[in-house]
Amino acid sequence: MPELQTQPVFHAREVESSRPSRPCFDAPPAHRPARDTGEQTAEPARPKISVRNFTACFNDVPGIRNLTLDIFPRERLAIIGPASSGKTTFLRSLNRLNDLERAFTCSGQILLDGEDIYGPEIDVAALRRRVGMVYAVPVPLPWSIYENLVYGLKLAGVRDRQILDQRVETSLKEAVLWDEVKDRLKEPAHNLSGGQQQRLCLARVLMLDPEVLVLDEPCSGLDPISTGKIEDALLELKAKHTIVLVTNNTKQAARASDRTAFFLMGELVEVGPTADVFTRPRDRRTNSYLVGQFG
Amino acid sequence: MKQDKLIKAILMAVALSAIGGLGLITLFIFKEGLPIILQIGVADFFCSTDWSPGEQRFGILSMIVGSVAVTLGAMAIGVVFSLGLAIVLTQFCPPKVAGVLKPLIELLAGIPSVVYGFIGMVTIIPLIREYVGGPGFSVLAASIVLGIMVLPTVTSISIDALNAVPRSFWEGSVALGATRWQTTHMLLLKAARSGILAAIILGMGRAIGETMAVIMVTGNSLEIPRAITDPVRTLTSNIALEMNYATGQHRKALFATGVTLFIIIMALNTLAMAVSRRRVAGGGNR
Repeated sequence: MPELQTQPVFHAREVESSRPSRPCFDAPPAHRPARDTGEQTAEPARPKISVRNFTACFNDVPGIRNLTLDIFPRERLAIIGPASSGKTTFLRSLNRLNDLERAFTCSGQILLDGEDIYGPEIDVAALRRRVGMVYAVPVPLPWSIYENLVYGLKLAGVRDRQILDQRVETSLKEAVLWDEVKDRLKEPAHNLSGGQQQRLCLARVLMLDPEVLVLDEPCSGLDPISTGKIEDALLELKAKHTIVLVTNNTKQAARASDRTAFFLMGELVEVGPTADVFTRPRDRRTNSYLVGQFG
Repeated sequence: MKQDKLIKAILMAVALSAIGGLGLITLFIFKEGLPIILQIGVADFFCSTDWSPGEQRFGILSMIVGSVAVTLGAMAIGVVFSLGLAIVLTQFCPPKVAGVLKPLIELLAGIPSVVYGFIGMVTIIPLIREYVGGPGFSVLAASIVLGIMVLPTVTSISIDALNAVPRSFWEGSVALGATRWQTTHMLLLKAARSGILAAIILGMGRAIGETMAVIMVTGNSLEIPRAITDPVRTLTSNIALEMNYATGQHRKALFATGVTLFIIIMALNTLAMAVSRRRVAGGGNR
């Protein structure tokens, strides 16, 4: 992040004790502001997630700056951008996983159904059930496939065996994994192949029926067939969930999303319907990234 | 290359002499102790409570019971505190605080056992006598003192075991809506199970082998204890207390006590190694 390093980070810290966030950076409008017009009028629904002037810092160095973005119900939003452009930081802000880093501070707002998720009254565990996360590297927990799947519901206090079994079946079907594992639910989850593990992780999140599904490069380590299966699953899931997909693969963004946002060095450069972003990008930086001139 | 060969030879000799020392000690203890066990009879030696060296009667059952009782008591106390400490230090307190506390706990291991015994004698024993009953010199007193003594071993190995659980497991669990405590008891303790078991077994080895502190707080009576406030004698105390003046058969019987102890500790260590080598299913990312 060459630009960030040259800017001295001088700022007054306001300590607000009850809130985990505090302003840590007043980003000057270094570039033209992100242009985001057109599609909001085309989409009449209220945004599911509303990001307002959100800045996230690690050790007072901003990872994303002054981000404003709406994500609508039942859409697949792809986020593309070169390394260290703040894509993952943004995703992890949506379910407050960044809170786990001690040096994390943030300012601005992220509204989920109009409610500030960094507000003082938010139940973070419940929030993480509403905003489900799938990682780049699948992390099956060291148990059987079945135990992996029911873990989230058990945490939420669901004990009824019938409900659990029912949810296991529907989630595995939604993740296009049921046929492959239905007879081996008691096997250790790490016996599955990489692609199966990733779909298991997707199914594990779906067990909780999250309203928003955030996926951090879910196909980065997968073969084309597994990738195709996950993309198919996402298309089906779009009917019920809001999907935010971070990907390094611009082709995947073009295939598997309705809108695309381009991040660069912690800022949103542009967002619009995927077809428009890919065929007629409004910002020349988007264009250079898409044709492979940097990143 | 020549230098390498020379150094290799020297290091090999050092390593072999260390192992040789262990071998010789084993050989010596067994040579001294084993014949008398056979002479007295295995049943009479291990299953009799009559230890009267003057009358050539050597039964060590009460001491085996004493050692086991004291060790179990120590582990009950030590494991609860050690695991609690390990969980707090790895999961719930800021790394800076943990960075100060962990070395402090490890410092406990550096205090000589006679000091522990002394502290037990002047503080714990009067308290037990006053509030719990009995003479004060008791299984309970030894359990408390040993429980504190095994704390550093069990805590620091448990901390290592908990820290060895991949962070991705922890984060995956939190991302599914788990609180820190849910993650700790539903995931981390299970994933670190083999390491924690090894820690407990090593702590047991330490507790069963401790001598000086135990002599000072158990009262060393030759009865099988009926309550935790009863005094006992352990295998280690027996050797330390009587070896000074023992001769002939008596001396050999003390070596046989050592053989018993040796076998118990070897069994525990083997168990610890077997347990810590066994990998929990899925214990690492492939």
